[in-house]
Amino acid sequence: MNTLLLALRFLRHDWRSGELRLLVLALIIAVSAVTAVGFFTNRVEQAMVLQANQVMAADLVLFSHRPIAESFEQRATELGLRTAHTLSFPSVILHRDETQLVEVKAVSRDYPLRGELRVRPQAAAEEQRVTRPPAAGNLWGEARLMAALELQPGDRVSLGELNLNLEQILSRDSALGNNFFRLGPEVLIALEDIPKTGLVTPASRVHYRLLVAGERNPVESYQRWARTRLPRGVRLEHLSSARPELRNTLDRGSRFLSLAALVAVLVAGATVALSTRRFVERQSDTSAIMRCLGASQSLILWVLLLRLLLLGLLASLLGIAVGWLAQYLLAGLLSDWFGGTLPSPTPWPILVGLGTGLITLVGFTLPPALRLGAVPPLRVLRRDLGAPPVSTWLLAVCAIGAMALLMRWQAGDATLAGWVLLGTLGTVSLLLLAGWLLIRLLRPLRHRGGTRWRQGLAGLLRDPAMTTLQLTGFGLGILAMLLLGIIRTDLLDAWHRTIPEQAPNHFLINIQPENVAGMQEFFRREQIQPAGIYPMLRARLTRINDKPVAPEQYQDDRAQRLVEREFNLSWAVEPQTGSRIVSGRWWGDENREAPLFSVETGIAETLGIKLGDRLGFDLAGVPIEARVANLRQVRWDSFQPNFFVIGTPALLRDHPTNYITSFYLPPGREALLAQLVRQYPSVTIIDVSAIMRQIREIMQRGSLAVEYVFLFTLAAGLLMLYAGIQASREHRRQESVVLRTLGMQRRGLIEAAGIEFVTLGLLAGTLASLCATATGWFIATEVFGFNFQPSLWTAIVGILGSGSAIGIAGVLATWPLTVRPPLRMLQDG
Amino acid sequence: MDTDHTPDSILVKATGVGKRVNGPGGSLTILDDVSLQLASGEVTAILGASGSGKSTLLGLLAGLDEASSGQIELFGTPLNALDEDQRAALRAGKVGFVFQSFQLLPGMTALENVMLPLELAGVARPAQGAGEALRQVGLADRLHHYPAQLSGGEQQRVAIARAFASGPKVLFADEPTGSLDQATGSRIIDLLFRMREQTGAALLLVTHDERLAARCDHRLQIENGRLEQDTW
Ligand SMILES: Nc1ncnc2c1ncn2[C@@H]1O[C@H](COP(=O)(O)OP(=O)(O)O)[C@@H](O)[C@H]1O
Ligand SMILES: [Mg+2]
Repeated sequence: MNTLLLALRFLRHDWRSGELRLLVLALIIAVSAVTAVGFFTNRVEQAMVLQANQVMAADLVLFSHRPIAESFEQRATELGLRTAHTLSFPSVILHRDETQLVEVKAVSRDYPLRGELRVRPQAAAEEQRVTRPPAAGNLWGEARLMAALELQPGDRVSLGELNLNLEQILSRDSALGNNFFRLGPEVLIALEDIPKTGLVTPASRVHYRLLVAGERNPVESYQRWARTRLPRGVRLEHLSSARPELRNTLDRGSRFLSLAALVAVLVAGATVALSTRRFVERQSDTSAIMRCLGASQSLILWVLLLRLLLLGLLASLLGIAVGWLAQYLLAGLLSDWFGGTLPSPTPWPILVGLGTGLITLVGFTLPPALRLGAVPPLRVLRRDLGAPPVSTWLLAVCAIGAMALLMRWQAGDATLAGWVLLGTLGTVSLLLLAGWLLIRLLRPLRHRGGTRWRQGLAGLLRDPAMTTLQLTGFGLGILAMLLLGIIRTDLLDAWHRTIPEQAPNHFLINIQPENVAGMQEFFRREQIQPAGIYPMLRARLTRINDKPVAPEQYQDDRAQRLVEREFNLSWAVEPQTGSRIVSGRWWGDENREAPLFSVETGIAETLGIKLGDRLGFDLAGVPIEARVANLRQVRWDSFQPNFFVIGTPALLRDHPTNYITSFYLPPGREALLAQLVRQYPSVTIIDVSAIMRQIREIMQRGSLAVEYVFLFTLAAGLLMLYAGIQASREHRRQESVVLRTLGMQRRGLIEAAGIEFVTLGLLAGTLASLCATATGWFIATEVFGFNFQPSLWTAIVGILGSGSAIGIAGVLATWPLTVRPPLRMLQDG
Repeated sequence: MDTDHTPDSILVKATGVGKRVNGPGGSLTILDDVSLQLASGEVTAILGASGSGKSTLLGLLAGLDEASSGQIELFGTPLNALDEDQRAALRAGKVGFVFQSFQLLPGMTALENVMLPLELAGVARPAQGAGEALRQVGLADRLHHYPAQLSGGEQQRVAIARAFASGPKVLFADEPTGSLDQATGSRIIDLLFRMREQTGAALLLVTHDERLAARCDHRLQIENGRLEQDTW
């Protein structure tokens, strides 16, 4: 017979009758939560990338020391992309015989393609956003320039042969962040003024940039096109070649979001698990009758599986629609916070939603469904015969398998998914154990205490498997909520703390050894705390073990660039605070005099350097060689001076060295920099406040997105609560009819339900807070590298919140059962 | 009377059937040494007090459960040689059931419920046969109603239509009027007997209604799991 036809016939009924309503609703919410998060994350991630692209003022940048061939701009225009040009070089500004070293940036009319420019017409005036760079004849300069030359807007300054009007104080150029090693304050002029300055000749060292921005697809095709055609000396820059500080922040941001989405999956799973059982119970009758009439086990199974599949598909599609709508509305509300409209989502989340729906459904319903084929036909005569019980362990294994699959998929990060999964596994085992213990401990207690106590406890004992299921479902749901709570508060705080309010925003390089003491004295006088003064040497990597190193060996353009350039090396006795030895050991007293290197993990991976390798460097013509003693993880966003390679003092101490430091310069004290330069002319000041601002903004956006995801998971959690309580509804309904017929009062019934559910809630809450704290700790330290202080609030909120929420929900669900006359309920069957 | 029948016409044959279960208080004997035969076209009543083992016996004879001892043959096939699925296949299309609690699938319309055994037996155009059966029980105008929209008597009529739709050789009925009031009950019984006569199927009827039993060819009295032959 036609199995599909039969399945469809059943499905039509499933839709009508409400038997599957809860399961479908759970699935819809699960899928919509995941899809909404998916869509939203997808858009926010794109927005964060765009945000990060502001650092380049574009999506892609072609960079060269010579003018960039016409064809590159032509191609971009053909693809419908916007373009702009910049030209930058260090020079001097002259004003009344005083000079100041500056970074000149000449830009075309459309600059910036991403990010923004802000200016102040007067030192005291409010900052305002402008859409156009300076017009010809005008110059905008940073506050530092104004301070150094004691300038006012309206003053005339000279740049080469050109006399310019100092029109505005440049307070913000998003793209400043990428120019990490800025020697002087930036001045912005119009590109067409360049010839008049007479400063740019074919021989001068000038950076030419072609900026490109537009829709994702054309940008990607442009990138592919350009990559194969780059002439020598032209570099293609995109986000992944951006500064490590920034990449780091972006990575963390998207990890946070995927973590939040993961947690939504967890709640969804718990909900589906809770609503499945009732469905399976109801299906037993159908199976028995069909067996009686001669249906084979496999037919029954196929019909059921087809139904589930169709149902999952339907619910998933609905969920996707709801999820899309939800993210659409919220993205609209939140777009202000993201600075304009969010980019439209890619279709990927649709697939994720569909997969989530089906995997969740199959993972949680398959074990009980498979048993339905084995319902004895005798059930038509003897109601008490049901499907052979499913082993709780099989169920757990299947469900967790499904969760593992989804998590791995959602997280896109094996470590993160691993920890969350481990946390889930731990929680489930603890909950199962607790359920088992609870049943055993309560049995002797059920004959003690008042009627209500007995009734409440009997409620927990009436179906031990159900109680265990409810406990596990509630526990998992609460685990997810608490985990998200921890992420929202502790982890996000820890993230924000990685760049404290007073993180160093200026670097000083080229400090001469003889100036170190005087510099320290200067800082003390000015009450500024530098981050420590470190020796810094520049050297080129020449060999790894016995192999000479050449850029051509590397596929990766970052690796190529690293090898081309000179590295910053340092030497140290102690490891820097904030860095972490990942493998090998830091040198102690015993081997400080040995020639050893410590290498940063990121560069080690990029260049293929392993622990124990011998590295050769060219230190201003002097070759040095040493073994890699340890690999070191560096917090790039700490804004401390960080080094890819650190040597032992013995190895590097005797080579000519400069020093480097970083410090926090409070706003309004820019004059101090001029003073510093006057006192130590050789010192170079690097201003990193622009990139810090970028990073802080990305963090804020990321946090907001997590908050939003939290709302969604909260909704999913509420449904989970409902599903958990509805799971035992049938039992409670029958029980309340009997008890009321026997004369038990409404209050008594409600109190008994209260006792039953508060007990469940307290137990689930206690275990879940324990596990959430542990999981949170592991995620914080292992995945994000944060310090994590477990908070007592997690436990308090977890235990009391879950006890009261589940208790109240249980009472609310019991209420209607006590309002209708028992006879009517008996008749309704 | 047994000798009247050729072996071919014996549809159900039980020899020394026993059923024991392991209860909380040790092994419990529900049925003990039950032997009986049902020939084609015969109507046999099984009478007995509640809890005497009637339903258990019916379940065993229909192959819904396995006997602990003895032998049961359905359509000449020994049931103990078959597994669950083979027993189900043996029933398909050839055995009809009517239960005290109707046992209609709540998710299917009257027509679909009646179609089910036809489909399972692989009969062509099941909707036609099912519609015809429903017309015969007087529910031609209720084809597309769901069980919940029908009264108890109507539901049992659907069940009877379902039982007869595939033209079974034998019908098992377990207290078919047990959930119905007297008047409706006797109308249902009339219908059951009329349909049986039209199709010529054998009927094994479990009941504790003496008057109903009187309308049957044979009556078997069961007491504490043992068969006391009544009017044979
Ligand atoms: N699998 C079983 N386990 C325990 N007791 C059973 C089982 N099957 C039937 N019984 C018991 O056997 C007796 C006969 O049941 P049943 O055949 O349903 O009686 P009847 O249909 O005559 O009322 C009852 O006491 C019933 O409780
Ligand atoms: Mg019975």
